[in-house]
Amino acid sequence: MPIDLPTIWAGIIAFAVLAYVILDGFDLGVGILFPFFPDKHDRDLMTNSIAPVWDGNETWLVLGGGGLMAVFPVVYATVLPALYMPIILMLLGLIFRGVAFEFRHRTIRGSRWWDVGFWIGSTIAAFTQGIAVGALVQGIQIENRAYAGDWWDWLTPFTVLTGAAVVVGYALLGATWLNLKTSGPLQAQARKLAIYAGGGTLALIGVVSLWSPFIREIYFERWFGWPTAFFSAFVPVMLAGCALALWHGLTTDKHLQPFLAALGLFVLSFVGLGISFYPYIVPGALTIAEAAAPESTLKFLLVGAVVLVPVILAYTGYAYWVFRGKIDPEEGYH
Amino acid sequence: MTFGLTAEILARIQFAFTVSFHFIFPAFSIGTASFLAVLNGLWLWKRDPAYLKLFEYWKTIFAVTFGMGVVSGIVMSYQFGTNWSVFSDKAGAVIGPLMGYEVLTAFFLEAGFLGIALFGRKRVGDGLHMVAVAMVAIGTIISATWITSANSWMQTPAGYGIDANGIFYPEDWWAIIFNPSFPYRLTHTVLAAFLTTAFAVGAVGAWHLLKDNSNRQARIMFSMAMWMAAIVTPIQILAGDAHGLNTLEHQPAKVAAMEGHYESHPDGAPLILFGIPDDKNQTMHYSVEIPKLSSLILKHDLNAPLQGLDAFPPEDRPPAMIPFFTFRIMVGIGFAMLGIGLWSLWARYRKTLYTNKWLLRAALPMGGSGFVAVLAGWYTTEVGRQPFTVYGLLRTADSLSPVDAPAVGASLLAFIIVYFVVFGAGVFYLFRLFRRPPIDIEDHELDKGPTRAAGVVPGLAQEETLGGPNAH
Ligand code: HDD
Ligand code: HEM
Ligand code: HEM
Repeated sequence: MPIDLPTIWAGIIAFAVLAYVILDGFDLGVGILFPFFPDKHDRDLMTNSIAPVWDGNETWLVLGGGGLMAVFPVVYATVLPALYMPIILMLLGLIFRGVAFEFRHRTIRGSRWWDVGFWIGSTIAAFTQGIAVGALVQGIQIENRAYAGDWWDWLTPFTVLTGAAVVVGYALLGATWLNLKTSGPLQAQARKLAIYAGGGTLALIGVVSLWSPFIREIYFERWFGWPTAFFSAFVPVMLAGCALALWHGLTTDKHLQPFLAALGLFVLSFVGLGISFYPYIVPGALTIAEAAAPESTLKFLLVGAVVLVPVILAYTGYAYWVFRGKIDPEEGYH
Repeated sequence: MTFGLTAEILARIQFAFTVSFHFIFPAFSIGTASFLAVLNGLWLWKRDPAYLKLFEYWKTIFAVTFGMGVVSGIVMSYQFGTNWSVFSDKAGAVIGPLMGYEVLTAFFLEAGFLGIALFGRKRVGDGLHMVAVAMVAIGTIISATWITSANSWMQTPAGYGIDANGIFYPEDWWAIIFNPSFPYRLTHTVLAAFLTTAFAVGAVGAWHLLKDNSNRQARIMFSMAMWMAAIVTPIQILAGDAHGLNTLEHQPAKVAAMEGHYESHPDGAPLILFGIPDDKNQTMHYSVEIPKLSSLILKHDLNAPLQGLDAFPPEDRPPAMIPFFTFRIMVGIGFAMLGIGLWSLWARYRKTLYTNKWLLRAALPMGGSGFVAVLAGWYTTEVGRQPFTVYGLLRTADSLSPVDAPAVGASLLAFIIVYFVVFGAGVFYLFRLFRRPPIDIEDHELDKGPTRAAGVVPGLAQEETLGGPNAH
């Protein structure tokens, strides 16, 4: 694997997307789980647990998108039109999700409706993100640096399956987050949900993994050909380890362990995707090297990224530290 | 769902619609973030609870506005790809990094410290809390810097090369960032955001003073707002004038459209005060003109020649209809703001700032004036740049994604419905927050810190009593 500027940038974009998935994943997961917590006070605690951090979490999505436009413009310019409808739906979902934090406190009568918006918005955002991943795995038709496929290409049984997998997976992240941040009956309910969502996530990861090698030959070679099979053998083993840790943590009343194990499941699935994709950035259509912007662009932004991403991680970590610990049920709004 | 329009027109309407809604929120949150930093600083310095109450009061309003700014902004950053993919492919390597730096230096900063600024005073103590509030304010200004740089590059491109495929590549980053119109546009836009906030704050203060002119918090906010109006408006007018001269140098066709000059005037152009531009026939109907004044303003010489739209090939001419009117709206509001600012100085001198009913009443409708001026200004700028996205180099018609009109039309409809429902409700909640007097915040609630005390309790009480028709 040559270490050149485009590859470094592919790594940074992948990092931003992964950071988005695991961070906003638990926010969206909390939203997805709203119907299982009908009590207003519980819902207040649930939103309070993410209110101080959701905006920062969502910013990774902007870095993923904005960064893509800068360093892989042709990817940005072909993938987004290909995913036109899911992307627009995702944006609309994120609108309902994002305003709910403030709006649900601004009214008594309307509050229930913003709760519904929070739930549906979070679910749609998760589902369309899953569809987007599925559609990428499936492949996107590109000719002359432009999207050349149809408007409904993204909608297939496989993408619906990946969409569902992400919804259930985010629900798992959300449930283990609540297990970490809350106490009492709310926590007990979250733990119960985490067990179901955990089972569902593992089953769906399994189905998607078995299905995708048959979608494109290259995935098959990647996973079962030498030398990559050497790495791909590790991924399932570690997935099983995470699953065990999740189960053990949830059944022995651990607070942090299930959340970390759920994060592990996501990181490993993401690594799995990376193995399948490399050296392509849009499978079958564009490689990392041919999609990259001119060197001057890559260098100019890399300077900023190298200096600023660690700084961002530091103050983001600080913000999490400030709001650490269990949510105080007595504390008011947020 | 194409409404009989082409994909290009639909995509333009969609962009204009979503970006206009987006900018309404930053126009207010950029100013409010700095206002909050000042209020918090004054509270720490003077330990006068009035400032803390004001901070808490505006903090809730800021949180609601900021939330709407964030969600509408995320839409923008994806719209370049969904609707303007050819533009993104061709210009991405040049303006993408500017927006990338905006994310790295501004959006993370704002978002990372927002939680602490809103909910963390008790947890981190006064000092670090002040740092967080300041970081949010600084973040909004850094954000404005990068995005106006990106936009200015599209207006006055510099520091680039174009390869065989028509793709822009960077040659000189310094020249790209500090392109010729950037300093003017940045100054004018940031001052505009401050003025927008000042007049909104002033109107809220005036409203409460009209009901109870002894309210200390209302007095402070009105006074602060009027200082801003008196000091910043003249600077803004000078900045606008300088901006116009810069535009004349780099985008003369835009200035011709703004001025409504279809014809060139070889010896002294008139200032058209009013008229109805007719783009189809390229003439101005019913025009009311002052001879030679336009040349005087733009060239500082009564007899200087000035190009009209006829000096440009028809396919390169911007439409005059929108820029002509929006420019007049902006300038008209600028002078109205100046009037209020001067009037407030006079009232201050007469010691009637808080009791002059006519001044207070005049300040009420001015509350929304900044928003109108800001949008009018952007419409002037953007429509005047047509028919190009990258001025002189890349046409709007050639920037479009290969999208089908029905897909764009359907998403436009979805945006319109969702924006009116969501942001309509948000604006309604904002007005309800404005209506609560800035004294309701009880001392014991301030001790607790979190904003619930500031916003929800009085807000809800109001809904119960005033509910009825307002609640819908
Ligand atoms: C002069 C100021 C200005 C202008 C012209 C724009 N914005 Fe904006 N934007 C801001 C000033 C701002 C801000 C002050 O930084 C905001 C407003 C409220 C907020 O949360 O941050 C913001 C938020 C915001 C966000 C959310 C950031 C987050 O996650 O915290 C995104 C992605 C964008 N914007 C993107 C855009 C794009 C793509 C624009 C161009 C079409 C644009 N903005 C125009
Ligand atoms: C927030 C303030 C802004 C407002 C109110 C605004 C408004 C508009 C309007 C009204 C149009 C349509 C013009 C027409 O079709 O005749 C337009 C076009 C456009 N603007 Fe802006 N704009 C703003 C900021 C920006 C920024 C910061 C950028 C880029 C960095 C940008 C990029 C574009 C592009 C790519 C188009 C092309 C679409 C078109 O020409 O219709 N705009 N904008
Ligand atoms: C009365 C004096 C004013 C003058 C002479 C003036 C001049 C101008 C000019 C010439 C432009 C277009 C520049 C271009 O696109 O090349 C512009 C744009 C703009 N104006 Fe004004 N303006 C004035 C007042 C205001 C006020 C009071 C506000 C808001 C509070 C405002 C907000 C804006 C904004 C947001 C833009 C678009 C961004 C930009 O291009 O800078 N202006 N103005």
